[in-house]
Amino acid sequence: MRSIIELKNVSKRFAGIKALNDVSIKISAGEVVGLIGDNGAGKSTLIKTLVGVHAPDSGSIEIRGDHVEGWNALKARNAGIETVFQDKALCPQQSIVWNIFMGKELTFPFGFVRQKEQVKIANRLIREIGLTSELIDAEAPVGNLSGGERQGVAIARAIFNEAELIVLDEPTNNLSLNETQKVFDFVGNVKNSGRSVLFIGHNIYHVYDISDRFIILDRGEVIHRLNKQEVSSAEKLMKIMRDTIKGH
Amino acid sequence: MLAKTKIPMPRFFHKNGRALGSMGYFLLLMLVFFIGAPEVWSRPNLHQSVFVMMPTLIFMVIPLVFLVTSGEIDLSFASTYGLSAYVFALLIKAGIDPFFAFAAGVCTGALVGATVGAIIVFGRLSSLVASLGVLFLIRGFLFVSTNSRSITLLDIDEHWMYPMLVGKVYGLPVQVLWAGAFVIFAYYLFNRHVFGIHVHHVGDNEVSAAQMGINVKAVKIKAFMFVGIGAAIAGMFTTLITYTFFPTQGFGYLLLALAAVFIGGTPYWGGIGTVVGAIFGVGVIAYMEIGVVAVGMSGTWRQFFNGLIILLALLGHRLHGDRVR
Ligand SMILES: Nc1ncnc2c1ncn2[C@@H]1O[C@H](COP(=O)(O)OP(=O)(O)O)[C@@H](O)[C@H]1O
Ligand SMILES: [Mg+2]
Repeated sequence: MRSIIELKNVSKRFAGIKALNDVSIKISAGEVVGLIGDNGAGKSTLIKTLVGVHAPDSGSIEIRGDHVEGWNALKARNAGIETVFQDKALCPQQSIVWNIFMGKELTFPFGFVRQKEQVKIANRLIREIGLTSELIDAEAPVGNLSGGERQGVAIARAIFNEAELIVLDEPTNNLSLNETQKVFDFVGNVKNSGRSVLFIGHNIYHVYDISDRFIILDRGEVIHRLNKQEVSSAEKLMKIMRDTIKGH
Repeated sequence: MLAKTKIPMPRFFHKNGRALGSMGYFLLLMLVFFIGAPEVWSRPNLHQSVFVMMPTLIFMVIPLVFLVTSGEIDLSFASTYGLSAYVFALLIKAGIDPFFAFAAGVCTGALVGATVGAIIVFGRLSSLVASLGVLFLIRGFLFVSTNSRSITLLDIDEHWMYPMLVGKVYGLPVQVLWAGAFVIFAYYLFNRHVFGIHVHHVGDNEVSAAQMGINVKAVKIKAFMFVGIGAAIAGMFTTLITYTFFPTQGFGYLLLALAAVFIGGTPYWGGIGTVVGAIFGVGVIAYMEIGVVAVGMSGTWRQFFNGLIILLALLGHRLHGDRVR
């Protein structure tokens, strides 16, 4: 399979904490990868390094097979990688439109923004995802929205760009069953359109259902890489996870 | 479009609440003056003095709205104001064409702003404290290098630029038109340009902005630069109007300009601000400065009333609620 992004032997420390230790992962075109691990295992740090928010202390990054230097968040987005961060990365005082287009505004020449067009697209996107109430319009501030609705805005941002890889960091946390189902539908649509997903979750059942393969992270290290064929059920995956945690 | 006609009025009030609030204070102040001293109020030269003062303030205050919205503050602009006017006056004295001297003054403001911004952003310093340091540093430099003496530019009005910048059309000071153009430009820059929108995002949630690929440091440094440029233009306009550069120039504007930002409805916490509100903030300040004396009160009352207005305005803006998170 054609590689989209590959991290090679990446390490990252925070003030004495070894958050990532010699981690290598590769995401290929059209696959859904589930990244699992206990709280604090380094999942968020790994994806933030992947999408250029954190610079790794050592290791290298390849995009579609080419080595890149000075990898950062803007480069990642321009390379077709969109992220729904665990904290959702929203600006609550700004409108839904401005949040959806944050950092990738549609512009006229000289940097003036196509506000009307953005509003139209934003309204269509939030209706498409269906996480927001029908009454809400795209010019309302994000601060007035519920947790599920905010997640909808973050997801809308990830899809308008038609990214080739969408990274979702615990996107179903604090969502209702109905809302969770909508997120799964979204992941299914992305996969069916031939694009890739890196899905992080600590609900093993959720991750099992939607992923083609699994990466288990423990205390900053990859301890298992499994294809779905190797794990016959979510319970088996759960057991593998439990065993590693017991081993501490 | 149907949807457009269906937008209810409250939406408009909600979205523009802070700007409308400051318009309210402005109108209220006018009303108080009008009732308190109607004969002074109908004197045209009172309004004329206000019209001379307002443009200067506007060039300083509008960029400050950007900076405060980005989550930073600057005090050094009051000295940049003096420094740019000094550079302007020195170059003209040295025989440089005033047009190029003006350009050099603007560049000085931009450079000082960028430097202050870079020191704060890369040094991770408190913008309040660091810019306070720069405020004294530049002012000190001005006193030392001018020996506390002013520079007079007597023939400056013979240059073609003079009537264009600070002349009169139909009795109206031309700088009012420049300030008006600046306001319109700043309004679109703030609300409809990538720079202004990023200023909002950065002030609202720096971490989110960075995660979305916005260069937070660059946005902040540009906002500091904008403040420097605004202060430079204001400083040089003042020097043109008074034919003089004086080393204390701009010091008195420090607190007035900041007061206008906050009276104008831009909150201190970042992420939101209003250009239109700031105009009314400037109006309040300018009429207070000139009006209190004009209605026959001693100038010593001026600061007292300024203080009162600031507090009342802040309490009023509280109605728009706390920061949403
Ligand atoms: N910005 C940061 N500064 C300091 N420590 C951090 C930072 N981000 C994460 N960590 C630490 O790194 C470790 C891994 O965190 P994280 O990647 O968030 O784990 P997970 O997403 O798997 O729960 C934790 O010990 C966490 O406290
Ligand atoms: Mg996490």
